[in-house]
Amino acid sequence: MMRDRISASLLVIAATLAAGSAAWAQDKTVKIGSLSDQSGLYSDVGGPGSTLAAQMAAEDSGLTAKGWKIDVISGDHQNKPDVGANIARQWFDVDKVDVIVDVPNSGVGLAVNNVVKEKNGVYINSGAGSSDLTNAQCSPNTVHWTYDTYDLAYGTGTALTKAGGDSWFFLTADYAFGAALERDTTNALKVAGGKVLGSVKHPLNTADFSSFLLQAQSSGAKVIGLANAGGDTSNAIKQAAEFGISKNQKMAALLLFITDVKAIGLELAQGLNFTETFYWDMNDGTRAFSKRFAARMKNNSPPTMVHAGVYAGLLHYFKALEAMGGNSHDGAKIVAKMKEMPTDDPLFGKGTIQPNGRKIHPSYLFEVKKPSESKAPWDYYKLVATIPADQAFTPLDKSTCPLLKK
Amino acid sequence: MSINLQALSAQLLVGLINGSFYALLSLGLAVIFGMLNIINFAHGALYMMGAFVAYFLLNLAGIGYWPALILAPFIVGIFGMILERTMLQWIASLDHLYGLLLTFGLALIIQGVFQNYFGSSGLPYAIPDALKGGINLGFMFLPVYRGWVVIFSLVVCIATWFLIERTRLGAYLRAATENPTLVRAFGINVPLMITLTYGLGVGLAALAGVLSAPINQVRPLMGADLIIVVFAVVVIGGMGSIMGSIITGFTLGIIEGLTKYFYPEASNTVVFVLMVLVLLVKPSGLTGRTA
Amino acid sequence: MTTITGNSVSAPGRAVKDEMFAFAIMTILLAVVPLTGVYPFFVMQALCFALFACAFNLLIGYGGLLSFGHAMFMGTAGYVTAHMAKVGTIGFKIPLVGDFMINMGPLSPELSIVFGLIAALVLSVVTGLIAIRRQGIYFAMITLALSQLIYFLYLQTPFTHGEDGIQGIPQGMLFGLFDLSQPITLYYVIMVGFLIGFLVIYRTINSPFGEVLKAIRENEPRAISLGYKTDQYKLLAFILSGTLAGFAGALKVFVAQNASLTDVHWTQSGEVVLITLVGGLGTLYGPVVGAFVIIAMQQYLAGFGQWVTVIQGVIFVVCVLTFRRGVIGEIAHLFKRSL
Repeated sequence: MMRDRISASLLVIAATLAAGSAAWAQDKTVKIGSLSDQSGLYSDVGGPGSTLAAQMAAEDSGLTAKGWKIDVISGDHQNKPDVGANIARQWFDVDKVDVIVDVPNSGVGLAVNNVVKEKNGVYINSGAGSSDLTNAQCSPNTVHWTYDTYDLAYGTGTALTKAGGDSWFFLTADYAFGAALERDTTNALKVAGGKVLGSVKHPLNTADFSSFLLQAQSSGAKVIGLANAGGDTSNAIKQAAEFGISKNQKMAALLLFITDVKAIGLELAQGLNFTETFYWDMNDGTRAFSKRFAARMKNNSPPTMVHAGVYAGLLHYFKALEAMGGNSHDGAKIVAKMKEMPTDDPLFGKGTIQPNGRKIHPSYLFEVKKPSESKAPWDYYKLVATIPADQAFTPLDKSTCPLLKK
Repeated sequence: MSINLQALSAQLLVGLINGSFYALLSLGLAVIFGMLNIINFAHGALYMMGAFVAYFLLNLAGIGYWPALILAPFIVGIFGMILERTMLQWIASLDHLYGLLLTFGLALIIQGVFQNYFGSSGLPYAIPDALKGGINLGFMFLPVYRGWVVIFSLVVCIATWFLIERTRLGAYLRAATENPTLVRAFGINVPLMITLTYGLGVGLAALAGVLSAPINQVRPLMGADLIIVVFAVVVIGGMGSIMGSIITGFTLGIIEGLTKYFYPEASNTVVFVLMVLVLLVKPSGLTGRTA
Repeated sequence: MTTITGNSVSAPGRAVKDEMFAFAIMTILLAVVPLTGVYPFFVMQALCFALFACAFNLLIGYGGLLSFGHAMFMGTAGYVTAHMAKVGTIGFKIPLVGDFMINMGPLSPELSIVFGLIAALVLSVVTGLIAIRRQGIYFAMITLALSQLIYFLYLQTPFTHGEDGIQGIPQGMLFGLFDLSQPITLYYVIMVGFLIGFLVIYRTINSPFGEVLKAIRENEPRAISLGYKTDQYKLLAFILSGTLAGFAGALKVFVAQNASLTDVHWTQSGEVVLITLVGGLGTLYGPVVGAFVIIAMQQYLAGFGQWVTVIQGVIFVVCVLTFRRGVIGEIAHLFKRSL
């Protein structure tokens, strides 16, 4: 009898403690990790700007005034999947990070995706392009913001083909992202009635494109699609101008950021068509944010769409946390709440997050202005077309995400 | 496979243009190794500095391309000579693998510093007005600037070869490295000769940098991508041989051009296949002496 | 011309006792790591690189051969082990006959490691046969060229997934008994693996084979005149070094759970040279210390971004100019012992 009473009381004590600790598990602390390429190919696209965007989101959420404690740390994945995965793992194990943002470079983005899922954290990727993040590799802990290869391909591929560019030649960077971009664009342009006359794969980080450009030229294609990014895109465009190719054939940069346009210069970049989901000068909301951002940025540069995605994604994350009454540190639950709530922010407007983690918003086809048309620094783009949110990204019924199968 | 002769000739010409960069860069490396027994891993970083100095000359001092062709190599050459005086001379008597490690470390420092200040996007440098535009050769449209690159490189390569192999100054340089004590006994300032030689090699790297600035983006890592290819060229040509490097440089450019036509993905790697093949058959390279 | 390894050699009897003592200390220090607050993942990584560096040091420190392409062994074993642990298929095309595929399903860790070792062994035999006939800088250049070819090969073959690498490798149950997904278990497995590799190297160095190797390093013509077939000895050392580097790569796969192009890139080969240089070329414990120093530096200076490269460069320069014996080398020299 005595033994039973003792074990019963022990059980009660244990239960109370358990209940108490469950209550303590939900608190008002948040730690954000901005994992990016801080020094290489994508450092201007993401990098320190993303860390700044995260800080601004923390400030603008208003939560610190309500007693929340929010920290932002940053890390450099150096475009290496193993480094990125190691940093992510350490952040969760040792530094108690709750949410990882940014992560440009699809290889790293996918590696980190696995780690976040394993550690039940939250992953708001706004830098990587691979549509795999919401298809085969989708995860209940991941939200893919900003853009992906499908929307880039659909925007630029379809629009250019319909505008008369019905024969294409691809210059593709020989790695997974380049291949995905070429594949998705080929699908889009074929649906729009175009055909592919040929393609050539170049090694990543090629300095000299002359031979590849010559092949593109001799194919006679109306459009030369550049399925690459960063320095490769800039070099290809510069050299195409040198060889007089841009006069007769249209150059389509399938992935281009405002910082690339600056690096190439308006003189050479004018007339380029590409797709993005954010531009600092679109409307009052974007202008207001960009002004505050640029004031705190090195070189006063405005935010790229990746920076915008970090900011907007975190704002929505904070809204979800606030609605849940605290940070439960349970990634899958928080992401489920984020998918439940519709999004609304000054940068991307109204949108939703689909069950596979894909954030939906309109996508825009831009053209680079001529030097004479540019009235102020960074005044580079003119809007050519808007692709509505429901068409811009992979339709849910075509998604190969395992989470969708019930 | 059907071969389009026009396209092929275009690729070969483009290959020749690339070959001239390889030749110019490997020339500097061969001079430094041939004369000083130093394997200068910092060569790529110095090439990059040449391009950056040209950029600064233009944007900060308004000095254009033509003066930069002389000023930039001079400035970077002086920097190289300082490096030699302060660091390289101490390890000259050691196993030359230490030289490789030291210059590798220097390359990391130089590149890291530039990357910190200039990021990686690259800075634009315009083609000088006199060399803009192009000529229609029938089988391809050749930008004038690229034609200039080939001609200029050839001239510099031959002039350097002539200087080292056929003039008295060159003879002093060669003698000083083969038998420093004896040459010193003749009253010739051997350490000065050595420093000057290193400066010459570095200046050649910087010259290649200025030459490439208008066609490639001026980026901190522009040398890192090239350095191992240039090494391969020097090794294939024969590590002490200047003429070997020049010939191999141009030849490699042409072979790469062919590869880009038939199997483009391999274009970055064909030089290593060549290196393995050559070293198997002729261990000291095509025309070199054994180290 | 001073050779690159003028540090080793001292009284034999004392040497063995010193080394055994140091080994005991090292083992104890490593064994208590999980009890201290140190992040075990960092130590595991350092151990893998330490083994890699020890294998590399076998070749340069005791054989006098600087290999600038050692990453190809670590990376190859890494890729093969990763592939076997995740997918477990071997497939290739035989010309004129057709496609050939064995599917064994994902393999358990010990079998995957065995495959990785075999791959590294085969690669080191092939590359050794090509490279060993050359010396000094030409040897270094050939190993660099071969490793670039291997890099290109992996970039193109589908099973490596190119830039993405092989991700999400399951950790599984070692010998069906040890659950590698438990950090403590994994840590001890890696520690034991490292100690085994280290002992193999130790045994090699202090054997008749090792003595001949050192003799060849000091004066090859004399060794030849004494009747030793030096090429064979060098080849054997190369194969041993390559296979052990492969072992390190195979272990690393289970720690990091991914295998990527970074592991076969030439900068990884440069990194192991740095580690060995900092620790002490030609010393037994030098590479171990060097690995911990360099990996720790990368971890804790990660916030400085690109300055890490600059700092590494400065370390290279300082080491070559003034600190040529490396940490352990200087200590050994100070106490006139062999470490």
